[in-house]
Amino acid sequence: MSEAAREGIAAYLFLLPWLVGLFGLTLGPMLASLLLSFTHYDLLSPPRWVGLRNFQLLLSDDRYLHAVRVTLTYVVLEVPLKLAFALLLAVVLNRGLRAVGLYRALFYVPSLLGGSAAIAILWRQIFGGDGMANMVLASLGWRHPPAWLQDPGYALYTLVALGVWQFGSPMVIFLAGIRQIPREFYDAARVDGAGRVSQFFRLTLPLLTPLILFNFILQMVYAFQTFTPAFIVSGGNGSPVDSTLFYTLYLYNEAFGNLHMGYGAAMAWILLVVIAFSTAAVFASSRYWVF
Amino acid sequence: MTRVRSRLSVYALINVAIIAALVVMLYPLIWMLSASFKTGYEIFHSLSLLPQAPTLDNYISGWTALRLPFGVFFMNSVVLCAAAVLGNTISCTLAAFAFARLRFPLKRVLFAVMLMTIMLPFHATIVPQFVLYEHLGWVGTILPIVAPKFLAVDAFFVFLLVQFIRNIPTSLDDAAKIDGCGPFRLFYWVILPLLTPALATTAIFTFIFTWNDFFSQLLYLGNSVSSYTVPVALRAFIDATSLSSWPQTLAMSLLSLLPIIGFFMAFQRLLVEGISTTGLKG
Repeated sequence: MSEAAREGIAAYLFLLPWLVGLFGLTLGPMLASLLLSFTHYDLLSPPRWVGLRNFQLLLSDDRYLHAVRVTLTYVVLEVPLKLAFALLLAVVLNRGLRAVGLYRALFYVPSLLGGSAAIAILWRQIFGGDGMANMVLASLGWRHPPAWLQDPGYALYTLVALGVWQFGSPMVIFLAGIRQIPREFYDAARVDGAGRVSQFFRLTLPLLTPLILFNFILQMVYAFQTFTPAFIVSGGNGSPVDSTLFYTLYLYNEAFGNLHMGYGAAMAWILLVVIAFSTAAVFASSRYWVF
Repeated sequence: MTRVRSRLSVYALINVAIIAALVVMLYPLIWMLSASFKTGYEIFHSLSLLPQAPTLDNYISGWTALRLPFGVFFMNSVVLCAAAVLGNTISCTLAAFAFARLRFPLKRVLFAVMLMTIMLPFHATIVPQFVLYEHLGWVGTILPIVAPKFLAVDAFFVFLLVQFIRNIPTSLDDAAKIDGCGPFRLFYWVILPLLTPALATTAIFTFIFTWNDFFSQLLYLGNSVSSYTVPVALRAFIDATSLSSWPQTLAMSLLSLLPIIGFFMAFQRLLVEGISTTGLKG
């Protein structure tokens, strides 16, 4: 046997667990999910082919359409705000501060903990009607602040705040990127008379655009899948009045609560397609704004 | 001279602003710590960070507030995380070595597929996976969460390890080959010993993600109290108890964060470098 053939066989042995996972737990289930989306399936009796009915039902399901709106609103607000904070803090932290390592670590702490059920519970206390936030606001003289998570007009934005609070991880990536920019660029800019502001807009920002693209896509994909905080603060049902009914929360309740597996699979595939198209669209746009 | 002084004051001003921002951001966590030592009445009536009469009652009564003590849930979470760490480090390292160092047919296609699966929302596969595990009788055990780790389904870590292995000089491989090493010995004797930092990053992040992961634990372990992990138990806590138990709830929530905070403090530099170079989620 030739050396190349032996290397090839060895490679596939190394890849074996991954290949089993790829076909058995990723590609296979994706295909199965697509097939299930054309069926009615409740786990107890065999799946029954219903054609496009699940998709037709979704389009006339007010709660589903509402969940789509809630999720899109969240993505559109959370991702840019998070990146703006991340970029701002990265630029400030890069200004030769001695404690930059410590600051960086502390700003990262919310990203580390924020996805947990425990922090969602904390948020539920803090932004309840009689929670800590309103005690602070009352002590500052705001007599009747809203009840945040218990108020359908504010609940979603309170969860946006929870997401933005976790800007530490894109910040760390931006900070690493800024450090790669050679000092001579800034020296040259200063010689040419560029002030701090124009240095940022003409030098730092354009050179960071590849990382902005990277962070944007990463955060967008995660934002579409937000589940834990919505589940915890609403007790699992998207309350108050469905204002925190995120896409994945509705999917979970339909598929695993009501055992509408086919319906859930249809929702999952739409989500997959939407995420794929959004990612592709952001990539396509990048040739106009990534340096 | 004035220029130097104004430089200094700008520097001081930035530091003050950053510290102020940090205080606002971390205040909820500090408040949580203080609230866990307060009485319920005090939590809702006093803003002071210092409890009037610090008490451990919340921890003591919270620990046994559900049908089983919290120790059971911590043990379940630790076992789950340990198995996940073992699975991810082994399976992802094996796949990464092949992608980074070996030549084989379809390599480019498979590598592209691997990269694409990183971005795949897990909902795309969750319904059939659940059906599969239901038929296998695995629902209610840790197997639906652990088995995928042994099959390198978290492709992100494969990518992280590929990047790391590519930075190891190939001259080492050549030397090993001249000495008669095949792929297996090359992996075990040359590459693996050099992988320690990347393996540690993989292990720690797998631990943290698994510890925090709520969806799959709710789905697969949420039906019987004896199989609850910590996040699922916390959720049962807020469902089962009324407002009067906020102090216990906060105390248990805080306890659930301690392992992550501990890991972060111990491996802070390694973790932050890991994010900087590869862009981990969070």
